[in-house]
Amino acid sequence: MTKGKLKIFLGYAAGTGKTYQMLTEAQELKARGIDVVVGYFEPHARVETIAKTYSLEFVPRLRLEYRGTTLEDMDTDAVIARRPQVAVVDEFAHTNIPGSRRAKRWEDVVQILESGIDVLTSLNVQHIESLNDQVWHVTGIRVRETIPDWLLDEAAEVVMVDVTPRALLHRMERGVVYSPEKARQAMENFFNEGNLSALRELALRQTAHQVEEQRAEAPIFEGDSAAVSTGTECILLWLTPHPATAMLIRRGRRVANYLGCPCIAAYNESDADAVCQHLAFCANLRIETRALPGVDPQGALAAYARARGVTQILVTRFTPKLIPLVNQIRDLQVTIVSERVRTP
Amino acid sequence: MIQGRPNPDELLRQIESRERLAARGRLKIFLGYAPNAGKSDRMFDEAHRRRSRGQEVVVANWGNATKPHHGPDRGRGQILPNLPIHQIASRKPEICLFDQMAHRNSPEASKAHRWEDALALTELGITVIGALNLQHIAEYQDAVEKITGRRAADSVPLSFIQAADEIVLVDIPPDRSTLPPRQISELRELALLVAADVVEHQLQSYMDDHGIHQGWGIQERILVCITAGGDARPMLDSASRSAKRFHGHLLAVTVLQPDLNRAAEETLQGYLDYARRLDAEVHMLPPAGDPIGAIIQFAREHRATQLFAGHTRQSRWRFWAPSNIDRLIQASEGMDVRLFPHQRS
Repeated sequence: MTKGKLKIFLGYAAGTGKTYQMLTEAQELKARGIDVVVGYFEPHARVETIAKTYSLEFVPRLRLEYRGTTLEDMDTDAVIARRPQVAVVDEFAHTNIPGSRRAKRWEDVVQILESGIDVLTSLNVQHIESLNDQVWHVTGIRVRETIPDWLLDEAAEVVMVDVTPRALLHRMERGVVYSPEKARQAMENFFNEGNLSALRELALRQTAHQVEEQRAEAPIFEGDSAAVSTGTECILLWLTPHPATAMLIRRGRRVANYLGCPCIAAYNESDADAVCQHLAFCANLRIETRALPGVDPQGALAAYARARGVTQILVTRFTPKLIPLVNQIRDLQVTIVSERVRTP
Repeated sequence: MIQGRPNPDELLRQIESRERLAARGRLKIFLGYAPNAGKSDRMFDEAHRRRSRGQEVVVANWGNATKPHHGPDRGRGQILPNLPIHQIASRKPEICLFDQMAHRNSPEASKAHRWEDALALTELGITVIGALNLQHIAEYQDAVEKITGRRAADSVPLSFIQAADEIVLVDIPPDRSTLPPRQISELRELALLVAADVVEHQLQSYMDDHGIHQGWGIQERILVCITAGGDARPMLDSASRSAKRFHGHLLAVTVLQPDLNRAAEETLQGYLDYARRLDAEVHMLPPAGDPIGAIIQFAREHRATQLFAGHTRQSRWRFWAPSNIDRLIQASEGMDVRLFPHQRS
């Protein structure tokens, strides 16, 4: 069976109009005779957006008991059983109710795609894993609900839903996005023009990157301009138990994505227990990991890097014996990745 | 973070420019990447929303038949009042819509282009909402021509767009297009990056206005440290490749040394020329007792996100000696430091 195609409507904050534009597209598809259903839609009491669902078929939600209350979520099996051509699934980065079969909505979306159904979904740029540190740097908020970057690379299309921060702030003030109390809190904390502009720039650059990525993967026909060459770089991440390693992994993933090159990771085998969280994180971001003998970790790292054709080793500045390491590996590029610092 | 206090002249200039802006009408531009990609529809949508909120909206009319609109919102502009351009100043509506802003006016008109009419109206306190295509931005016409093989006759300068209060990128697939998908993809990418650069520009002025002297590093800024003590060219090549892939900015810096012999001086100048050929912004810092400190300060001031430096061979001249590398790493908060193998110059 051919896999379904994923289309992501990318925004940079609540209220930019992602869901609205996604539903507009769903309506257009329906008008063209395509079988579209809504797998999940979050109304947020936004009147104009709700109006856009008019006449679309909804797959009934799943009801789950959680700590004495009944909660609702997408019924993935029902969406698949219904066999539409296209399913609309709002809020790609959503975390499912504890006890659900899959922990994350994106995992449900992957299931739907596997069943040969196309999916339209909505996402804010701050939920992209490799941007987590940058988003924290700009907003002071550590976003917990993230999606791994490869999902964007596998999407058939990523489109930017753009609106200016000013227009967004007006929408907030008019109470279109949130209730007045929630809007006031949001504007005090997160929604100021500087933050929003920075997030908007991130979203524009991310979308540009995805557009380029897709083109690089598309077959080239005669007369087309050449695809981007990926070169021969290879990035190796040196994992240590230090918490800043999470930041190293995100940064490494991002640099490798942009350079279009492989990204692998290595660690000292005697650290195996201490880095197990980082290893899981690497797996989630599709970074291959390798334990190296612990007697002479620096020598082992250098030898492994040379054997694998690594061009650049990325380390945190909290790496034990960093300076000797840098001096020992003088035939390869070593990048000391710096954590971002927020000044209050 | 750099603790910098803006000087009084600078403050006065900012206050004056803000006062001038307050009296001015706003300029908002919907930027599309290809014809028929929905930017006029977005513009008319906004006009209708504003009208329904009680604002007075007119469409500027140049007396010639304007192109009919395509797509689901066909003809929505027609239900808004149309007004000849020369009457708008005296009528003073709150909002005036401009389609095809790059269009050249007829020879008898007072302004050469529509976008100049738009600026004149904003000076009178009228808000202008306009639509524009990527192919009409003068500075990007070469790039667009490379993609599509065609060049639009009329254009607006990039400064017009940068000076706009708001721009909105309309990233909607074109309704009916004769362009091959690959060209559309390239135009989309370019338009997204143009919009990102405009937003970066606006963000920078916002931060300057608010006294925030910290880079957020949304756009990668790669700084290459050049000395005569090792071949800088592989480092510059790599930095240039990274800058291109990240759509970032490339800078090169050297700290001048008064005691450099003639051969070393020529080598250094050769590297700086090489950097310029790679479109790097090249800076030469005056001789400093503490060159590492000077470079760190420069990197902060120029909001570098990545700093490229080369190992030197262990010899008399130990600019990047271990202790200095250590210092660089310790001082480089928020900046990646990439060390390159020593290359014989």
